[in-house]
Amino acid sequence: MANKKPEIKEVYMDYAATTPMSSEVYREMLDVYQKTFGNSSSLHYAGRAAQAILEQARIRVAKAIGAKAGEVYFTSGGTEGNNWAIKGVAHANRGNGNHIITSCIEHPSVLEACRSLEKEGFRVTYIPVDKDGVVDYAAIIKAICPETILISVMLANNEVGSIQPIRAIAELAHSQKILVHTDAVQALGVLPVNVDELGVDLMTISAHKVYGPKGVGALYVKKGVKISKFMDGGEQEKDMRAGTCNIPAIAGMGKAVEIAAKEQEQTAQTLKNIKRYFWKKVNDRIYNISLNGNLANRLPNNLNISFEGVEGESLLMMLDFKGIAVSTGSACSSGSVAPSHVLLAMGKTAEQARSSIRFSFGKHITPPEVDYVVEELYKAVKKLRSISAIRIYKDKDGEEE
Amino acid sequence: MYNDKMLEYFYNPKNVGVIKGADGMGKAVCDSTGEIVKLYVKVEDGKVTDAKFQTYGTAGTIALSSVATEIVIGKNIEDLVKISEDDLCSVVAGMPADKNYCASIVKEAIDESVADYKRKLVGEKKPRKKKSK
Repeated sequence: MANKKPEIKEVYMDYAATTPMSSEVYREMLDVYQKTFGNSSSLHYAGRAAQAILEQARIRVAKAIGAKAGEVYFTSGGTEGNNWAIKGVAHANRGNGNHIITSCIEHPSVLEACRSLEKEGFRVTYIPVDKDGVVDYAAIIKAICPETILISVMLANNEVGSIQPIRAIAELAHSQKILVHTDAVQALGVLPVNVDELGVDLMTISAHKVYGPKGVGALYVKKGVKISKFMDGGEQEKDMRAGTCNIPAIAGMGKAVEIAAKEQEQTAQTLKNIKRYFWKKVNDRIYNISLNGNLANRLPNNLNISFEGVEGESLLMMLDFKGIAVSTGSACSSGSVAPSHVLLAMGKTAEQARSSIRFSFGKHITPPEVDYVVEELYKAVKKLRSISAIRIYKDKDGEEE
Repeated sequence: MYNDKMLEYFYNPKNVGVIKGADGMGKAVCDSTGEIVKLYVKVEDGKVTDAKFQTYGTAGTIALSSVATEIVIGKNIEDLVKISEDDLCSVVAGMPADKNYCASIVKEAIDESVADYKRKLVGEKKPRKKKSK
């Protein structure tokens, strides 16, 4: 695929952690920073100008996810969106029941929100997943009870990229008058995220995963869904989320999400090709590796691989030395010494979980960059296996590595 | 975040490998992180003349394992137990707070190598240990 390897100093392969901002988004934000400083809640001309940008961004986001503008609330990002959706629905619907269903591979912002509700007396069922990281649908059916008010399952997992059967879960939930929330932060831009097609009542998205700014996101709340307000204070966001709106960031999100939706199919195809190319190259070059999750039912930009005998963080640091950015687990838990809760839930051993690396691709990654990364990966794995206290690994010729 | 000195030890570790017929071998396994350190020492006339290590672990644990081999060579075997976690960390100009446990694993491997040496001196068998998994 690549005939000549150019000099490459930095290759970023951690797009699931965050993405670089696109120049179109940057220009959009710069324009707002320079020209529109008003508070969108103010009545005067400066306020009205800011308000117009806010509502234009809301329309863009709504259109991108198939929602109505009035169903989109801007937040500070994915963590806030998930916290608000889960706690907000739980608190507003407590009269209907106190049981919530989620999966055991959710992002910490979902799991910790659920644990917080457990302290308040809510009951939470954490649904297991299969070896490929897909939630056990039958277990959800079994877990539903008259007190169940909410099912929250992510659209695609942030560590292994496994895609969840949200449409089926939503149909099941609605047949029992249960609300459904999905964390679509990782899916946005690479999978279709039309709220009607998914059938969800609430959906969390974030701008910085789709070449937009950090610190801004949105929560879709279907019209008629009861949810308590997230922040007390002023009457911003229809009196549901107090606080002066970050207009430049929101404008950037509007642009980023609009582009993400417009280019989604093409982006997904580009990323799938890169993913396949990367996986083939890695398989050809390095032995004693295993893919976490299956190759087909996963995000087009994700590969999570275990390298036997190599501790993940040391591999990350070895690659970092060569200007290659990857991740162990997710960025949100990469400082943790505990093995990934996602990989353990998939039945991996603690050692396999600790020996894993997540590669996540962006739309601008090129085959020569993949070639460079795989070659440096080969060298790093070989070196760390030569140091490792876990032995013995054989290559295809039966030689000790 | 790791500092440059520690990373230098990680990227270019010294004394990696096994000493066949080592006079002492200390193995330490961290229950919470799964990291494994094996430290081999060769002893002549009570002095450590060679040391090597094998480590499955984070960058910090690999770096400190390398540091340990350099520190123990030339010391009296009896004095190895006096080597502290701070002694190890000071060579790499300190470790990040969340990585201090790396020094504990390496320190345990040093102490175990001395214990193994003493057992071998009197011809005792090594006590059975739990498997690392």
